[in-house]
Amino acid sequence: MLFTSFEFIAFLAVMFLLYYLVPKKFQWLLLLAGSYVFYAWAGPHFLAYILTTTGTTWLAARWITRMQAEQAAWLKAHKAEMSREERKAYKAEGKKKTRRPFLACLLLNLGILAVIKYTDFFISNVNGIFGTDLAFMRFALPMGISFYTFQSMGYLIDVYRGKYPAQDSLGKFALFVSFFPQVVQGPISRYDDLAQTLYEEHPYDHRNISFGVQRICWGFFKKLVVADRLLVAVNELIQNPADYTGAFVLLAMFLYAIELYADFTGGIDMTIGIAQVFGVKLVENFERPFFSKNTAEYWRRWHITMGTWFRDYIFYPISVCQPMLKLSKASREKLGQALGKRIPVYLSTAIVWFVTGLWHGASWNFIVWGMLNCLVLIVSQEFEPFYAWFHGKFPKVGKTFWYRLFQVGRTFCLMSAIRILDCYRDVPLTFHQVGTIFTQGNWGIFADGSLLALGLSEADWAVIAIGVAVMLCVSLAGRSGSVREKLAAKPLPVRYALYWVLFVSILVFGAYGIGYDASQFIYNQF
Amino acid sequence: MEALLDILKELHPEVDFETCDTLIDDKILDSFDIISIITSINSEYDVSIPAEEIVPENFNSAEALYDLIERLQDED
Repeated sequence: MLFTSFEFIAFLAVMFLLYYLVPKKFQWLLLLAGSYVFYAWAGPHFLAYILTTTGTTWLAARWITRMQAEQAAWLKAHKAEMSREERKAYKAEGKKKTRRPFLACLLLNLGILAVIKYTDFFISNVNGIFGTDLAFMRFALPMGISFYTFQSMGYLIDVYRGKYPAQDSLGKFALFVSFFPQVVQGPISRYDDLAQTLYEEHPYDHRNISFGVQRICWGFFKKLVVADRLLVAVNELIQNPADYTGAFVLLAMFLYAIELYADFTGGIDMTIGIAQVFGVKLVENFERPFFSKNTAEYWRRWHITMGTWFRDYIFYPISVCQPMLKLSKASREKLGQALGKRIPVYLSTAIVWFVTGLWHGASWNFIVWGMLNCLVLIVSQEFEPFYAWFHGKFPKVGKTFWYRLFQVGRTFCLMSAIRILDCYRDVPLTFHQVGTIFTQGNWGIFADGSLLALGLSEADWAVIAIGVAVMLCVSLAGRSGSVREKLAAKPLPVRYALYWVLFVSILVFGAYGIGYDASQFIYNQF
Repeated sequence: MEALLDILKELHPEVDFETCDTLIDDKILDSFDIISIITSINSEYDVSIPAEEIVPENFNSAEALYDLIERLQDED
């Protein structure tokens, strides 16, 4: 059930009415029932996967919490009669016991994800290397499997680390895993952020619901007016690589960057808006990423919940594990302080970006995409002394608007260039196509009417230009606080005129009908 | 504490680590910095900071970080 489909809007309307009609103590149960209906809509057999992850994670976490509580109680009762070494040994033994259910659950669920998502990638590589002809398994990918698996495993790791106790209620935990607005494409929520707002009672709050509906409409605008319209041109450019080389590749690069931004942030706007309508506050997943001054900042502001998940559960544990600390010590001794201390950081960064690439898709283009991001981050880090020297030498330059614009433009171009690997899904072809930008010299395409042969009319390009300008203005306005709060402070006629313009523009300019197909969200496939 | 301040100042000479208590909240330290600090602390104090201790409260100030080192030394 696509967010932009009529059946979803009908489903949402029914859920909304029931949610504020049922006794408040049953609201979370209604959300759970609705989430399973939503999930089963994609195919009832897919429920088996999400139920397995839910059940095993709930059981393992409860088991871990029970053992931790027993160990803490025993230690408290016997603390006085134990030496420091004995206490330490008891704690180590206790940790070892909790590690068994933890690892079993982690391996089972990551194993399911790996088998479903990566078996065919593995087979294709084996066939390519050994010349075999092994048949592909072609598993159907359950909706949102990467998102709900990561969200559940984050919960399991936190419980194992003793950050919070496990949730006792299977139903409440099931809702945390399957909450329908976010199960499709995130955000990847943390249990301690989401639990309270998800389970508490929510009285009818007109302002909150109105803000939620505004956010949903804004998401619809980005998705239907901008992203799905751009999709037509991007598809034409990407699916015919031999016909569109040189400047067309550069055009595809920038159009895809804007399309992906409008599609993904639009989807997240809808997600957060839908949750808000039900009184549930989800964490933000974007913070105006295209205003970032460098790549590291961009990745702190784009798909934030994925970035922090990888940071907290992969980057930090790898970076501070004993073998890495030993490597750090050895490399400092052998290579000197300056170079030696970089080795573990860069090695962990490379591992994380390899996994991030793989998470995005089971193919080499995503792995190369991840490694290129890693390369850019490391090179930026190595250039730090140069930037420090430059800003010391020319202190005024760095503070000018033009320098900041240059930084933002540089980051946008760099990120767009790496993203093109998403499009062609073929590494040699991508590099060949990008190479033609520098050799073809067909810069006239921007003025000779070629843009009108990409499936979009002059009117479509005008709608896209206005849509992007509106998105830019909203982002600029958002830097100094919530745009919806600012709108709410305007006089009633101004406010309602703006709501009306937004609503009508979605109806009139949304990409529907012949030539357009309300498309799947790009991030659903991840 | 002096050795810790040296480690921090080597990374960001422009920051006053003796007074600043928003190193994470104000995004002064990023994840690269944090790992550099942890590996330096491991060399200097022979203390391993586990991943679950990498939370803003422990890294927002030099003082909080020093308290963490002392606590972990005590646990060892």
